[in-house]
Amino acid sequence: MKKILDVKNLSVSFHVYGGEVQAIRDVSFDVKEGEAVAIVGESGSGKSVTAQTIMRLIQTPPGKIKAGEVLLDGQDLLKLSEKEMQKVRGNKIGMIFQDPMTSLNPTMTVGKQIMEGLIQHQSLSKGAAKTRAIELLKMVGIPNPETRISQYPHQFSGGMRQRVMIAIALACNPSLLIADEPTTALDVTIQAQILQLMKDLQQETKTSIILITHDLGIVADICDRVIVMYAGQIVETGTKHDIFHNPKHPYTQGLLKSLPRLDQDKNEPLVPIFGSPPDLIKPPQGCGFCARCDEAMHICETESPETTVLSDTHALRCWLQHPEAKRPASAGAKEASV
Amino acid sequence: MSKPFIEIEGLKKHFDIGNHQILKAVDDISFSIGKGETLGLVGESGCGKSTAGRTIIRLYEPTAGSIKIDGTDVTKVSKSQFKAYRSQMQMVFQDPYASLNPRMTILDIIGEALDIHGLAKSKAERKRRVEELLEIVGLNGEHASRYPHEFSGGQRQRIGITRALAVQPQFMILDEPISALDVSIQAQIINLLIDLQKKMGLTYLFVAHDLSMVKYMSDRVAVMYLGKIVELAKSEDLYANPQHPYTKALLSAIPVPDPDFEAGKERIVLKGDLPSPVNPPSGCPFRTRCPAATERCAAEAPMLRETRPGHIAACHYA
Repeated sequence: MKKILDVKNLSVSFHVYGGEVQAIRDVSFDVKEGEAVAIVGESGSGKSVTAQTIMRLIQTPPGKIKAGEVLLDGQDLLKLSEKEMQKVRGNKIGMIFQDPMTSLNPTMTVGKQIMEGLIQHQSLSKGAAKTRAIELLKMVGIPNPETRISQYPHQFSGGMRQRVMIAIALACNPSLLIADEPTTALDVTIQAQILQLMKDLQQETKTSIILITHDLGIVADICDRVIVMYAGQIVETGTKHDIFHNPKHPYTQGLLKSLPRLDQDKNEPLVPIFGSPPDLIKPPQGCGFCARCDEAMHICETESPETTVLSDTHALRCWLQHPEAKRPASAGAKEASV
Repeated sequence: MSKPFIEIEGLKKHFDIGNHQILKAVDDISFSIGKGETLGLVGESGCGKSTAGRTIIRLYEPTAGSIKIDGTDVTKVSKSQFKAYRSQMQMVFQDPYASLNPRMTILDIIGEALDIHGLAKSKAERKRRVEELLEIVGLNGEHASRYPHEFSGGQRQRIGITRALAVQPQFMILDEPISALDVSIQAQIINLLIDLQKKMGLTYLFVAHDLSMVKYMSDRVAVMYLGKIVELAKSEDLYANPQHPYTKALLSAIPVPDPDFEAGKERIVLKGDLPSPVNPPSGCPFRTRCPAATERCAAEAPMLRETRPGHIAACHYA
């Protein structure tokens, strides 16, 4: 399958009062045509910074893209001028933000916000843009789109606003849709509606999706491939079956074990990951997860692990899985698969 | 069930929001919690679960109903007498970033609780007690001189729990204590809460929207919708045999971190949004979104009744 997006060796830092925060360090991944890729990680793991860098939404300064390439259909987005980049945003790449309450303009009608992109990028006339906007609202399941189009965001509920965001993001038929925690601000029953909508739309439009989330349940539901980030680095990637049934990185294993399963016995304690993530102003010299890892070895403290490829789909950064590691794969991996 | 420690009967909390409109945030709920038991209270935002918690601890004055602690109706006692009951019930708040005063040291944040209830006779005793409490929740006693910003989210939540524990309560209201925390930290806090409960025989009201965590934590679970309890049962039974259509939809909406399970799951996707609690639908509050609603549901409000042994639900057809 064709690669839509290819991110190579991306590093981004922020210069703050305390020093340089190395928000993402040497991140490489790709997204293929029609694929849904999830980026999971805790707050501060660099997942949102990765998305914002792809969209070139990082404020510079304080942010600085230190190295790397972001290739969209072979074109390096990091080399484009701001003016050229504006033709990419909302056109080739659509984005859905976390909070539908604040990401819509409260002083513009919903219709105008959808039409804006259509007029700008596709040079549609006002009338044609309006027809298309009504179509889009209908597509995302908003009843009475003809009246709704001239209403303001405050007249919409949270779930409805997120539907509007999706309509805006998909207006110009982008080849890539980036959804940054699209359902975190919504209730579960509304979340189920939005996820169902995203799944349906993806099948219809064949748009590639990057879904950023911390909810592993959502990942299992709608994604094909999973990227696990920790402390600014990708620690493990694989298909969802690799990650959920055969996780190899102690962090991924730990994450899965720290969630209660619906069939979990009350007397079986949860297994938390002790400690908290490292400070990225002074990222650890070795593996970022070393201080919280039960299986850490000497080398983990001093040297950052290389990427080890386990199969065509499954790769990780962990010394335990390195071909020269003395021990075979840890026993913990089996327990973690649920 | 063990002897009820807290009994809530017909509790209502209505807010006058002007224009002669009344918002019925909590509308006639009743339940009891046994000593050492955990009752989970779940529902979507706006269903009244947090208001219920806050009304029980009298952060809000209840509009009607009674709250009995060990047999005494605390809604009848005066503010000054109520202080004695406050030390028996404490609350842990959702956002550990907003619920600790940034200008106070940890010693003073926790010490304040001791001062108010006169639990420390001298400065030295106050300090010693705070340090002891910090050790209990897995922090270091030396942390007492620091300020909240020096701690991570998980540590702050431990401080919030310490403050609640300081007055030796018997009952704690946990209002979404983990929803502001990262996944790997959530389990730490949950394990701490369960540990404390075992050691001190605490009674919990666990308010949350994360259904898998609620199931894990709670002995019994109550589901709220638009200010009313629509279903209440033992947690295993509620999850295995949900009776109310809302509970069924809620359970099927939780994404489970297992791709095989997700692939085989039939998800009930509810239509529409939560109606406004200012103007709730006639009859059954859930009927506007219910896939099985009939005319009877619009005409007649279903009462809570036992549909299985020890399992109550408010649905005509359960």
